[in-house]
Amino acid sequence: MMTTQEIENPLIKFLLHLGDNALIMGHRNSEWCGHGPILEQDIALTNIALDQIGQARNFYQYAAKLILESSGEQLTEDSLAYLRDSWDFKNCLLVELPNGHWGRTVLKQLIVSAYQFCVYQELEKNADKQLAAIASKSLKEITYHFRWSSEWVIRLGDGTSESTQKMKDALDAIWPYTNEWTNFSDYELNILGDSHLTIRENFEEKLGAVLSEAGLTAPTIAFSQDGGKKGNHTEHLGYILAEMQFLQRAYPNAAW
Amino acid sequence: MGTNLEEQFQQKIDQEIKIEPKDWMPQKYRHTLIRQISQHAHSEVVGMLPEGNWISRAPSLKRKVILLAKIQDEAGHGLYLYSAAETLGISRDEMYHQLHAGKAKYSSIFNYPTLTWADMGAVGWLVDGAAIMNQVPLCRTSYGPYARAMVRVCKEESFHQRQGFESLLVLSKGTDEQKRMCQDAINRWWWPCLMMFGPPDDESTNTIQSMQWKIKRFSNDELRQKFVNMIAEQVKILGMTLPDPDLKWNEEKKQYDFGAINWEEFKQVIQGNGPCNKERLDARRKAWDEGAWVREAALAYSEKKSKQS
Repeated sequence: MMTTQEIENPLIKFLLHLGDNALIMGHRNSEWCGHGPILEQDIALTNIALDQIGQARNFYQYAAKLILESSGEQLTEDSLAYLRDSWDFKNCLLVELPNGHWGRTVLKQLIVSAYQFCVYQELEKNADKQLAAIASKSLKEITYHFRWSSEWVIRLGDGTSESTQKMKDALDAIWPYTNEWTNFSDYELNILGDSHLTIRENFEEKLGAVLSEAGLTAPTIAFSQDGGKKGNHTEHLGYILAEMQFLQRAYPNAAW
Repeated sequence: MGTNLEEQFQQKIDQEIKIEPKDWMPQKYRHTLIRQISQHAHSEVVGMLPEGNWISRAPSLKRKVILLAKIQDEAGHGLYLYSAAETLGISRDEMYHQLHAGKAKYSSIFNYPTLTWADMGAVGWLVDGAAIMNQVPLCRTSYGPYARAMVRVCKEESFHQRQGFESLLVLSKGTDEQKRMCQDAINRWWWPCLMMFGPPDDESTNTIQSMQWKIKRFSNDELRQKFVNMIAEQVKILGMTLPDPDLKWNEEKKQYDFGAINWEEFKQVIQGNGPCNKERLDARRKAWDEGAWVREAALAYSEKKSKQS
């Protein structure tokens, strides 16, 4: 079985982290396709899922190229997505959490896109041309994801008393998974350098502004959940992978 | 006066002048169109479900993206068609209500299950292929908004059909298991696809009037025959077969003869007894019911904002 655990190169690890965030979030969002509360919004969220899976492909393709150059191992976007086990995945825990209701989904999406916006904004300036190019292309998409999810969080936070309560509950459930994004790992710090401070500041500011307009207050939490960046995940990821990887596992080496 | 309007209306139809929303039209023409367009819109939206069943299990990232984009196109078709129906004086919510109450129909084909990955290819190639046969003539249908919506729908559908065929072509050249998957999907989808064209002409109650009003331009049997002729050739490229021992080229008629369709099965599926009728409708109702608080909140918010400004 393939594993990427021995990889030490921080750029490759970082690319896998970015790709895994995008893929797993895209996977969760795609679960809504055909089941959304409003047809136009079903289309909008599917669009976001498509963007995210597209971003994952870009990160994986680049990671596969670097792995080939450094170790000679032949990998593809698909072997990275479909043949790694959960301990190899480096995504933050938030993206693997179940969607729950629409409000919880848009809240998850808000946090993810606020973070992605801030990090891609810095990566756009990175000396690594390929990474900068992927970040720059993704940033255009993320700008829309952020606007769309902000509008929904505000609408539901400031909608009816029922929707406000649902958003408060969702925020309570999700908030312990927020700090992980800016609790940077060694491989992130290696690539981001001092810009991690800007990212953290911008992320908090961006997220805070939307929550405040929505009339929501971030709860005080005693303890943050993390571990995803190192491969320690929630129980949910195993099920996502079991489903996602089924055909590749059941029919090894087939072309699709 | 009534007859005069009706005569003028039929004259327009005969001269191939499109009927537009504000034009006078017979009540029955309006109702026929509402029924047909809303059924069509519902088919697009319910049709998202059997394919949606494989999004999370698509075997490669490329296939996942293609599938998602395709289903998204179907949602888009649903939107154009609901909008076209709304020009006839019915709201989208009313149409949803008819669907959820089991009063409105949608294409019987979506009551069949998608059991393997090959079904994604078969649905694209056969189901969308049959849909296109039905829909291409609708681009010239007499009601303007419907005809214009269909032009867009048909462009995307023919793209989907090619994608479906291409995905089966890959399977047909793959491992023994993939070939088996491919043939199995064709076997399961073939007959239900022939039923998509509706009952035989001598039993079709809506055909004659719809032909006179140029809502329909070909009969069910004519379209079905065209479809059989096309697919019987294409299946050879896949190196697969159609599950019909009576399928044979008829040199005299220059068309394929084919076996008897099991219309009892069709009747049962239409009446709600197909393998997935209940799941499909339950899924739509669930999406609607669980989305109620979201729609209410969105409305409350926009009312709040418009008061403030």
